[in-house]
Amino acid sequence: MHSRKRASMGLKVSAVCGLAFLHLPILLIFLYAFTTEDKSYQFPPPGLTLKWFGVTWNRPDVWASLQLSLEVAAVSTLLALILGTLCAAAVSRAKFFGREAISLLVILPIALPGIITGISLRSAYNILDIPFSTFTIILGHATFCVVVVYNNAIARFRRMSGSMIEASFDLGASGFQTFRYVVLPNLATALLAGGMLAFALSFDEVIVTTFTAGQQQTLPIWMLEELVRPRQRPVTNVVAMVVVMVTFLPILGAYYLTRDASSSRN
Amino acid sequence: MNSTTLTVRHSSPGSRLTDLFWKKPGLLIFCLLLPPLLWLGIIYIGSLFTLLLHSFFSIDEFSGLIRYEFTLKTYAELLSPANFDVILRTILMACAVTLAAALIAFPIAYYAARYANQKMKALFYLGVMLPLWSSYLVKIYAWKLILAKQGIVNWVVEGTGATFLLNSVLSLPVIGGNSLAVSYIGTFIVLLYVWLPFMILPVQASLERIPESLLEASGDLGAAPKQTFRLVILPLALPGVIAGSIFTFSLTMGDFIVPQIIGSSRRFIGQAVYAHQGTAGNIPLAAAFAVVPIVVMIIYLYFAKKRGAFDAL
Repeated sequence: MHSRKRASMGLKVSAVCGLAFLHLPILLIFLYAFTTEDKSYQFPPPGLTLKWFGVTWNRPDVWASLQLSLEVAAVSTLLALILGTLCAAAVSRAKFFGREAISLLVILPIALPGIITGISLRSAYNILDIPFSTFTIILGHATFCVVVVYNNAIARFRRMSGSMIEASFDLGASGFQTFRYVVLPNLATALLAGGMLAFALSFDEVIVTTFTAGQQQTLPIWMLEELVRPRQRPVTNVVAMVVVMVTFLPILGAYYLTRDASSSRN
Repeated sequence: MNSTTLTVRHSSPGSRLTDLFWKKPGLLIFCLLLPPLLWLGIIYIGSLFTLLLHSFFSIDEFSGLIRYEFTLKTYAELLSPANFDVILRTILMACAVTLAAALIAFPIAYYAARYANQKMKALFYLGVMLPLWSSYLVKIYAWKLILAKQGIVNWVVEGTGATFLLNSVLSLPVIGGNSLAVSYIGTFIVLLYVWLPFMILPVQASLERIPESLLEASGDLGAAPKQTFRLVILPLALPGVIAGSIFTFSLTMGDFIVPQIIGSSRRFIGQAVYAHQGTAGNIPLAAAFAVVPIVVMIIYLYFAKKRGAFDAL
């Protein structure tokens, strides 16, 4: 199928142009992190320097928002792992009434635009008089992270044969032992991949967070502030580059963890 | 012998629980589902419900406080010319972005599905996943750099002497403006850039599902490659395109950060929601605005389901 015909020139060119359109803007971020220009977004940069990395390193506000982002992402990921795995286990195990509805419920928080999740939570906090805190940010993040874990876990559960669990029981293992020694090892890489993606999703989220954060600044909120009112362009350039690199790692990691699974299925 | 082992197993509460779940699988599923359903039901559905509730409240013009009694006044406000313009503008932009995304995504998906070998396929997959997952704000920031006055676009335009071309594009009514960064064209490009990756994967999946034998049959029956493409491939790929369009359409409709940073001062739905709940403190109007994309998406999903787009997800 692949080699029988060769792709036409037009197809090749438009596919390559499309991919270039997706990638070149991100590469530009790497160039700007080294520019000597600090008053405008001048291209090409008048000179290259490593100075701004040092400046950024010594900025307490960047560290504070980075710390908050990491905290929120860690707790949200943990919650999403628990909730997503439980949900996937139940939905994959049996056909029962309302299964479709549960899948829809899990997917809804990311299928609907983030602004709706955001304003919904905001109006709920308003009615219940809940003050904004790290906790209110986490509530939102965990909600839309569940789906990522769920998707990864359910794909793995479906490939795991039920007879293995039955065999484990037949051989005298308790429910906990079966979970610990049979289910978990099979599930581990899918959970790791789902957890990484959930972490990346939470670490980068800005739309829901603007509605649930109050005065606190996560790293994306810090960046948004800089985008709206640029005050320290060089520092923003460096932060942007670091964020790109930090989010690439979990995505590549998740890809390699689930790669074998998807290729063996095809 | 058998009975003694049974009594041994029943001695610890853990194994008694195991037996209970083994006998009643429904109970196990109930226990598994309870935490996630409670979480999503209370926090998410509960919040959506309060949003809906707020949209039926109104704001008191004199005190600026929310009046907690049922009214349709806030929805009537949506139909005022200024607010209706916001809704129309947003839906038109979402349509434009979706169409453009389908046009750009198709060749990439088509090449990856039909011509790429295993190794190229992995490369294409990562080539779509990395931009899809990379930071939303950084992507917007990149375009701020590109479209800035001293940025790369103006540098290229001046370098190639295409200034008059850019100026004539910018002088177009409605979509033009003083520069790309403050025009609808700019907003359109950035929205397209940010949401395009969501279109590629579903289209590719639907193309991969078309059996090769179908295309051979079409050729054997005398169809020219162009006819095969138009009459066989395109209709079969349509569910994938619609599945992808669910994402591009919904995400564009709710975006309030892109138009805020790159674009004219004219508002989109997301910005209206943000502005009304923020400084104005008018949560009822913000809620009513937020209900619009929900309703549009419900209608959209209904028609998408009819065209079989859900099987392509």
